[in-house]
Amino acid sequence: MYRYDEFDHKIVTDRVNQFRGQVNRRINGEITEDAFKPLRLMNGVYLQLHAYMLRVAIPYGTLSSKQMRMQAHIARKYDRGYGHFTTRQNIQYNWPALDRIPDLLDELASVEMHAIQTSGNCIRNVTADQYAGAIADEIEDPRIISEIIRQWSTFHPEFSYLPRKFKIAVTGHKNDRAAIKLHDIGIVIVRNNQGEIGYEVHVGGGQGRSPFIAKKLADFVPAEKLLAYLEAVMRVYNMLGRRDNSYKARIKILVHETGEAEMRRLVEEEFSKIDSSQMLNLPEAELERIAAYFAPPNYESLPAQSDSFETAKQNNAEFSHWVKTNLVAHKTPGYGIVNISLKPIGGIPGDATDAQMDVIADLAERYALDEVRVTHEQNLVLPHVKLDDVKEVYDILSNHELATPNIGLISDSIACPGLDYCNLANARSIPLAQEISTHFADLDKQYDIGELKIKISGCINACGHHHVGHIGILGVDKKGTEFYQISLGGSADEKASLGDITGQAFTEDKVVDAVDTIVETYLDLRQPEERFLDTYRRVGMEPFKEQLYAD
Amino acid sequence: MAQHSSKGARFQAVTANRLNDGEVVYFKDNGWVEDFAEAEIADGLEAAEALLTRASPDNLEVFILDPYLFEVSESDNGFTPVSVRENIRAKGPTVRLDLGKQATAH
Repeated sequence: MYRYDEFDHKIVTDRVNQFRGQVNRRINGEITEDAFKPLRLMNGVYLQLHAYMLRVAIPYGTLSSKQMRMQAHIARKYDRGYGHFTTRQNIQYNWPALDRIPDLLDELASVEMHAIQTSGNCIRNVTADQYAGAIADEIEDPRIISEIIRQWSTFHPEFSYLPRKFKIAVTGHKNDRAAIKLHDIGIVIVRNNQGEIGYEVHVGGGQGRSPFIAKKLADFVPAEKLLAYLEAVMRVYNMLGRRDNSYKARIKILVHETGEAEMRRLVEEEFSKIDSSQMLNLPEAELERIAAYFAPPNYESLPAQSDSFETAKQNNAEFSHWVKTNLVAHKTPGYGIVNISLKPIGGIPGDATDAQMDVIADLAERYALDEVRVTHEQNLVLPHVKLDDVKEVYDILSNHELATPNIGLISDSIACPGLDYCNLANARSIPLAQEISTHFADLDKQYDIGELKIKISGCINACGHHHVGHIGILGVDKKGTEFYQISLGGSADEKASLGDITGQAFTEDKVVDAVDTIVETYLDLRQPEERFLDTYRRVGMEPFKEQLYAD
Repeated sequence: MAQHSSKGARFQAVTANRLNDGEVVYFKDNGWVEDFAEAEIADGLEAAEALLTRASPDNLEVFILDPYLFEVSESDNGFTPVSVRENIRAKGPTVRLDLGKQATAH
């Protein structure tokens, strides 16, 4: 894992000290709220419905056991005993008091963490594939360039006042688990015919009020030119992005209004200017220095098959179910990637208690080469677990309600905090996720349905990714009452698509029935081996609409 | 910002969040209380505007954030907020009854 150098340490501790002074001055009445608000937002502090919310950055979703243990400590000491993992691989605390946040940030800094780049119109915390470095057939660990992008983007003076926020995601694998086509910039690491590594750059994706799939602006940016290319994109956006209307200020609108070809031309023109100076070329030594932090850990040399693991599967049906959904093949023989579901049946998606976070930190330290990952689907991952140890890990997870065997199934939905917490929300999201997972609790039923991703947002900002849910649910407010619009056919993977709205919105008490109708319609229509998304793409909206609005 | 009152709203109260901890508070007698049940209720548009004016003195010493009016309705048990949002603010998250004001309610 990356370790801070002296510059990183100084940047983070200086920032905490500055913020402490700002908080003190605000509390003493020396500065106004208007002056203070942008400062607190730059430090990840939002005001929500009931309290302040602090969003802590987890760069590219990677945590050490020590860092995870710190999250448990913060949840206990400064919050109400839990944290919420988000669709941007971050963690949020829902109840910290403003006057205690500087102390909290001091403690975070002691484990090389902070809340910088989690708010405001800057380049936000970079996200990446949660299986980075562990999955087979990866071209390069995406965390290497994610870390380089982090260093380049943190406090980048030219990009500290962009028209709007800016999100970058990276995958090093052909199967996209980082939703790169729904980001302002999505990067796919590729290899050319000469065997060289480079980057495919997608620009202008995003959700919110106007959702767009990103356009591929470059097929192959050579490794040493990546920052020059990104800087060119940022510069075009910073100059031409709209500042007259915050709903039209994201780069997706610029790309849409400018057109893909013209946008590519503008970026290339800017790129050639930057490139001619060679100023932003990445020195090979620096690339290697960063890459060394993400060098593969010391795996033991093990047989591909573990006898104890195979025997445990045969003797324990529940374990075997869990393995089927939650364990993914590792690139190294004798290892597996363990997914920890934060979606217990009827639970709150993405929430983990302090005790659970401590357990996960211990498991990471003892069994997973000291690493934990956060997924954008609000689950956690132990990336390197020996197959010999998987049963033991499973048993410990089971004892702490962390072994729900539902990754990728209908009960593994994404939900934003919604109107239960969020100041922007129009409707609640969490109760729907809870009702749907309770309704489909039966595991055999879930297996029969197969892969089905439900994504729920409490407002059009789409933090719950409803546009790209196989079934998407969007909460809307009609005169103070909650209604829910349903969409079908969205997807956030390498074949990204935006969902189509079924029609009139449903009242809260009708949503589970509507989802049930959609699922039953799919089960009736599907052909062998078809997942929900395949069936939808084959038959289209009509048959679903007919059943949903039959009366 | 969402609409917190309908046009023809008769009863309204003023709410805000407290600076140091973000706690939801309600205006009453030139001060602020945590419990919605104690909130001062304005009857009619003029009274509502007067209430908001009293609640919004423009100086640095005020440690209350963004006061605004919201609609309440009268029932047998007193007043209740009209919108789902203001009900949630008055009580706490509906998915965690152990948290927020509802947790300490008697």
